[in-house]
Amino acid sequence: MNLPGYEDIIEDLAFFDDWEQRYQYIIDLGKSIPKLAAEQKTDELLVPGCQSKVWLLSHTKDGVLQFQADSDAVIVNGLLAIVLAAYHNQTPARILAFDIDDYFQTLDLERHISPTRGNGLRAIVAKIQGLAKQAQS
Amino acid sequence: MTAAISHFDIDAIRAEFPILQQQIEGNPLVYLDNAATTQKPKAVIQAITNYYTQCNANVHRGAHHLADEATRRFEQARDTVAAFIRANDRSEVIWTSGTTEAINIVANGIGQRLQPGDEVLVTEMEHHANLVTWQQACKRSGASLKVAPIHDNGALDTAAFTRLLTDNTKLVALPHVSNALGTVNPVKTLTAEAHAKGALVLIDGAQGIAHGGVDVSDIGCDFYAFSGHKLFGPTGVGVLWGKKAVLQDWPVWQTGGEMIARVTYQESTWGELPNRLEAGTPNIAGVIGLAAAIDWFNQFDLTAVQAHERRLLDYATEQAHSFDGLQIVGTAADKIGVFSFLLEGSHPADVGFLLDKQGIAIRTGSHCAQPLMQRLGVPGTARASFSVYNTLQEVDALFIALKKARQMLA
Repeated sequence: MNLPGYEDIIEDLAFFDDWEQRYQYIIDLGKSIPKLAAEQKTDELLVPGCQSKVWLLSHTKDGVLQFQADSDAVIVNGLLAIVLAAYHNQTPARILAFDIDDYFQTLDLERHISPTRGNGLRAIVAKIQGLAKQAQS
Repeated sequence: MTAAISHFDIDAIRAEFPILQQQIEGNPLVYLDNAATTQKPKAVIQAITNYYTQCNANVHRGAHHLADEATRRFEQARDTVAAFIRANDRSEVIWTSGTTEAINIVANGIGQRLQPGDEVLVTEMEHHANLVTWQQACKRSGASLKVAPIHDNGALDTAAFTRLLTDNTKLVALPHVSNALGTVNPVKTLTAEAHAKGALVLIDGAQGIAHGGVDVSDIGCDFYAFSGHKLFGPTGVGVLWGKKAVLQDWPVWQTGGEMIARVTYQESTWGELPNRLEAGTPNIAGVIGLAAAIDWFNQFDLTAVQAHERRLLDYATEQAHSFDGLQIVGTAADKIGVFSFLLEGSHPADVGFLLDKQGIAIRTGSHCAQPLMQRLGVPGTARASFSVYNTLQEVDALFIALKKARQMLA
């Protein structure tokens, strides 16, 4: 799947100086990530805790974890693209070592990842970290 | 536009709400989430502060000046509420933590009397507080839960409601006003129908109370439940009103101090209303704050308040009709305070987020009414809800912000 790398995202977002441009970028990112097919959106893949529906599909290939995520809300999709930019195609060790809070702070998007935010991004991150732990053991 | 809005001074009203004076991300706050909770006027904040600075003490049991004063204000608040909802007797006003607890007190009581074969009737538009509670009471007792359908426009199908009332219906629970759609139910007529079948009637007044003019004697219901915080009062306090004849031998809710008459190590007897349903130290500051909120609200001409709210909703509806891609969810003829909608092709969560970035506070999601959203076939809605302090300019601001959201999401 064609996701921008997380360094690209940091660079791109730093370029914008108002919220509209930043969120337009996130919305466009959300629209551009590959969608799951309708039959892939099963209840087992639903991540609970999100106001919009979020499905997360994962598998291991050659020692790295691969993810595909989809949401019915486009801003969440954009945020998922940002999360997956950090986690997709990474080894479990890299995933567990990655400081997601710092990443979101750098992007000035920390409110989206904060434990008090109801959009469930935190739940996605926890799920991915859990999968990485599982893959490691 | 503003000249026509009211017989009261909207600027003066807004000035009484310190929280409304702020900016969110550089925009003036436009607070349109009043169905979730209303903001608090200075009079309420001051009453709570006064209580803590002048007469904080436990009520009913002190042998000192502060306790007397706290008890006086606390019990005066009961009179204020009783008068506000036209209760016949002050002892019919039971303090609770909110609507949810009030409904649970009724469900706990009737749950002990329900038997297999009995029926409880609710509607498709219930808030979870008035659905899950009955669903679970039915599960525990073996009674059946019946659900009266709504029409696609969000109005109750009253013919179906009537058909679902049977000699087995022990209780009917329904909202005065739907929190998700704003539908106003004809509670007086429905209560009379339910009573004709011998059922008790509980009205979930969480949304109904804030629009004023609730008269429990006129409605004729057996229970009316509401929260303080949707009526300009503090959170954590609410009211269960119940007819004395029904409540006086109602199964007790929590047990402990205050609610007893005599206690030995092995046995206890219960006190009289209202104390028998009010175990433990109550939310004294909350109760006093709620009374201050009612006093504050009572200063207005109710007709003018209702006309103002009507105008806000009509104006939003009018704007919506000329806004491409906007679908109003809930178009019942009798509707108040709530403007629930969808933007074509957009998830409500996205819309709500982009409005928030522009200083507009609304709520998005299922509004604690998941089955209702499924019934309507929507993933949730975006909901703007109005109160006395909102202005037509704020409705304009909502639509300007929506335009930007639509553009960005297109």
